[in-house]
Amino acid sequence: MAERKLFKGNEAVAEAAVRAGCRFFFGYPITPQNEIPEYMSRRLPEVGGVFLQAESEVAAINMVYGAAGAGARVMTSSSSPGISLKQEGLSYIAGAELPCLVVNMVRGGPGLGGIQPAQSDYFQAVKGGGHGDYHLIVFGPASVQEMVDLVMGSFDIAEKYRTPVMILGDGIIGQMMEPVEFPEPLPGPFPKGDWVTDGARGRAPRVINSLSLHADKLFERNLRIAARFEEAKKNEVRVETIACEDADVVLVAYGTTARICKSVVDRARAEGIRAGLVRPISLSPFPEKTIFDLAARKPVFLAVEMSQGQMVEDVRLSVNGRADVRFYGTSGGVIPSASAILDKVRELARSEVRA
Amino acid sequence: MKQVFSIPESLAPRLTHYCPGCTHGIIHRLIAEAVDELGVRERTIGIAPVGCSVLAYDYFQFDMQQAAHGRAPAVATGIKRVLPDAVVFTYQGDGDLASIGTAEIVHAAMRSEKITVVFVNNAIYGMTGGQMAPTTLVNQKTTTSPYGRRESHAGKPIRVSEMLATIPGAAYIARVALNSPANVGRAKRAIKKAFEVQLAGLGFAMVECLSTCPTNWGMAPHEAMKWLEANMIPYFPLGEFRTAEGVASNG
Ligand SMILES: Cc1ncc(C[n+]2csc(CCOP(=O)(O)OP(=O)(O)O)c2C)c(N)n1
Ligand code: SF4
Repeated sequence: MAERKLFKGNEAVAEAAVRAGCRFFFGYPITPQNEIPEYMSRRLPEVGGVFLQAESEVAAINMVYGAAGAGARVMTSSSSPGISLKQEGLSYIAGAELPCLVVNMVRGGPGLGGIQPAQSDYFQAVKGGGHGDYHLIVFGPASVQEMVDLVMGSFDIAEKYRTPVMILGDGIIGQMMEPVEFPEPLPGPFPKGDWVTDGARGRAPRVINSLSLHADKLFERNLRIAARFEEAKKNEVRVETIACEDADVVLVAYGTTARICKSVVDRARAEGIRAGLVRPISLSPFPEKTIFDLAARKPVFLAVEMSQGQMVEDVRLSVNGRADVRFYGTSGGVIPSASAILDKVRELARSEVRA
Repeated sequence: MKQVFSIPESLAPRLTHYCPGCTHGIIHRLIAEAVDELGVRERTIGIAPVGCSVLAYDYFQFDMQQAAHGRAPAVATGIKRVLPDAVVFTYQGDGDLASIGTAEIVHAAMRSEKITVVFVNNAIYGMTGGQMAPTTLVNQKTTTSPYGRRESHAGKPIRVSEMLATIPGAAYIARVALNSPANVGRAKRAIKKAFEVQLAGLGFAMVECLSTCPTNWGMAPHEAMKWLEANMIPYFPLGEFRTAEGVASNG
């Protein structure tokens, strides 16, 4: 029977991961996600798992690499500056085609920045982040429940596409408490890939590696990685649309910002402005087709982000010149207010920008 | 006819890419012999570093993971925590272990991670063409210390074994050299012991192997051996620096 409980976002992520079969966690403290490692340090020993506080994010992600290669369901979590340090390891994990879960509770940057919620790691999350040719699969949940549901499925997805999956949250979603229903724990044991290095007992030795000194071979692997991402584009795109059918102004927002934009849509509609919302849940792969199709009617798109304009580039690419795309954003940990966004919507509804 | 010498089962019957006179190949063989003698080939997982030995996974007949530059101890930690019964070792050069990966090796030792580390100190960066390493000797010329390493500028070379021996979590720390048949024998015993320490669950074990890089030192192989003996051993003395309780000394 599913239980309904009041849970803090960060702790809910951790509990969901345990229920999804994650038994190994390697991390390093950073605000605002410390409840994840703290929860794991209590919870994992109860289920025969291992929590280890690494000496740095660099070490933590490389422990994840080793554990994933050894066939475990493994995760790490951090916030912006720590995720930057994990990029080396993420590139290696992507190159070695290993599965894992990474949670980024984004805070304001660049640099040490601040500890308030932000969405300024979007580029880093969806455009690669580390060196080389690869994409992560990235989800941007807007509620604690959605975070739980996404985490529950994330290990299967990571294993299917042999890639790290990232949950891109922020300080608000990590810190807020909401009632959540936890699904029953996934029944293990989980099948181990035929690439796992767990000792060459009665079989040929295996190698987990991201080195390829021959350009042709590396090209081949990058094509394989790209093909898996193309496959993910077919199966893993998730998006919510609200009141878009007749909308003159289509807001595009994810995560915490999407929650604010939902109320903006309600308020705009109450004033007689036909506003709608596209809420990408999978940020990578991005719901290009949904946006492209909506663009046929030529509404004005307004990307709203807690950044100085990152996801807006993907909106523009998706619209592909069919309609006008505008941007409204805050930065550094400032949360956009519903009334400021509504002002923007009113202005766009009045203007002649529609082609 | 009695066969007295053969390729260890753990070693792939393959030519290596190492330069003539480089001792990476000898060290590979010693590891393979130790793994065979301990009968653990089928539960051994090695971690290849970044450096000349990055291709080590091509030369062994057990599972291997290749790690980012310096991160092998962290990768080994991840594997060992998932598979506590596996025999996990890292193979690392001095650039890898003593420079970019200093934090990882210190903390693996500090946690008494039950892994074996084979640390190949050739006092230079081989793979990238002979730049200065943290182990480069004072006055030694390299491509990035063309006037010789100056202590006032770059400090003294780091003595990793002595440093790690101060860490309580280190169960076995030894330094050996590959410059003579007798020393190769000692190196073999130390490497085997470092695996035995792991099998006995005693904690972190490391063997530092003084090695040659004739190519980047600009010497013939036999000159390189002499240079190692005359210059490296006086600064990096051989011996066992830590044999924690339960670990037998080599005597
Ligand atoms: C992050 C990163 N920095 C630098 C390099 C380039 N690099 C490759 S091998 C190496 C030095 C290796 O020297 P060492 O560990 O002493 O091994 P050797 O080649 O001498 O056996 C460097 C700096 C790299 N691959 N990755
Ligand atoms: S460059 Fe030096 S360390 Fe590398 S294989 Fe050649 S001799 Fe050995």
